[in-house]
Amino acid sequence: MIVYGVALLSVCLVVGMLAGEALGVLLGVEANVGGVGIAMLLLVFASNAEKFKSLACGVAGEGIRFWSAMYIPIVVAMAARQNVAAAMEGGMLALVAGVAAVIVSFALVPVLSRIGNSAPAVSLSSQKDVQ
Amino acid sequence: MDIIETVFVRNNLVVAFAVVGLITWISYFLADKLTAGRIHGSAIAIALGLLAAWWGGVVTGGRTGVADIALLGGIGLMGGGMMRDFAIVATAFGVKLGELKKAGLAGVISIFAGVLVSFVVGAVVAVLFGYSDPVAITTIGAGAVTYIVGPVTGEAIGASSEVITLSVAAGLIKSILVMIGTPLVAKSIGLDNPQSAMVFGGLMGTTSGVAAGLAATDPELVPYGAMTATFYTGVGCLLGPSILFFIVSSIF
Repeated sequence: MIVYGVALLSVCLVVGMLAGEALGVLLGVEANVGGVGIAMLLLVFASNAEKFKSLACGVAGEGIRFWSAMYIPIVVAMAARQNVAAAMEGGMLALVAGVAAVIVSFALVPVLSRIGNSAPAVSLSSQKDVQ
Repeated sequence: MDIIETVFVRNNLVVAFAVVGLITWISYFLADKLTAGRIHGSAIAIALGLLAAWWGGVVTGGRTGVADIALLGGIGLMGGGMMRDFAIVATAFGVKLGELKKAGLAGVISIFAGVLVSFVVGAVVAVLFGYSDPVAITTIGAGAVTYIVGPVTGEAIGASSEVITLSVAAGLIKSILVMIGTPLVAKSIGLDNPQSAMVFGGLMGTTSGVAAGLAATDPELVPYGAMTATFYTGVGCLLGPSILFFIVSSIF
């Protein structure tokens, strides 16, 4: 049943959001801390677990795959409802601050991407040295 | 005219599906014919969406772009936070746990580095533009983090509404620029694998920007970037009104 997959997805989102909201209260922050990220992890675990197989395999999986494929159209709609007019009226300060933040962050992507890759490489070569 | 309005408004979400489908079709047609596939169809669709949002905002004076036009109200629901998060979570279906673990540490570091770097850049720009009040500097810096962190921080430390509006505008500029700029710079910053996508999500942080930017670059990377990006705003709201404000206050 297709609705099983949709329901699994929905439960993951609601539980993740609750966890994110609770984390926010715990940290004293007026925001949902990682609710969507937690929901994604739940879905990854659930779809890999033996117990939930009937909710994520075959036709039920189609229910999740459909929403995954609707992602880009939803993003297009999201772009169409941004407050672009306000962003344009923010003046030079807003423009410079936004642009500079993006440029510096872009530049850091290759730098930080090396953290994950270089760590195992270093440990591998040091193992060889020991041998 | 009345009949059209009644039908469109009553079925607004369905109308939105049709309109977005049409925009997507036009975009892929343009991508194919005008750019010979060099620019991704979804990048054009997102750009057209932003253009429509700007037009909608100017025409109606509202805050939700084209969704403020009554006939297109369904765009607001379709592109709202609930549907966006639902679809983002769905993209995690098929993600490999191994890939997540490999970039876990780099992902976490990138979230904190991203918040700090954007904040510092925003704060420095505020100082360069002549602000010397720590509350205003902190709020504008927080706005450069995301357009949610800006007002949350500003309200917590008592910033004026002008400064809060500025911080939202800075965050919006960032979000829009990430949407448009990501596919253009993807190659030169090595954004072509799950690990760098997680770092990218953590550094940029704006969920809308990362969501759209990665979608226009390579849809396979979306779940990895979105995973870290969704923690960013929370971390920003945590650090902005506390540690970062204290640091700025001690300097100015």
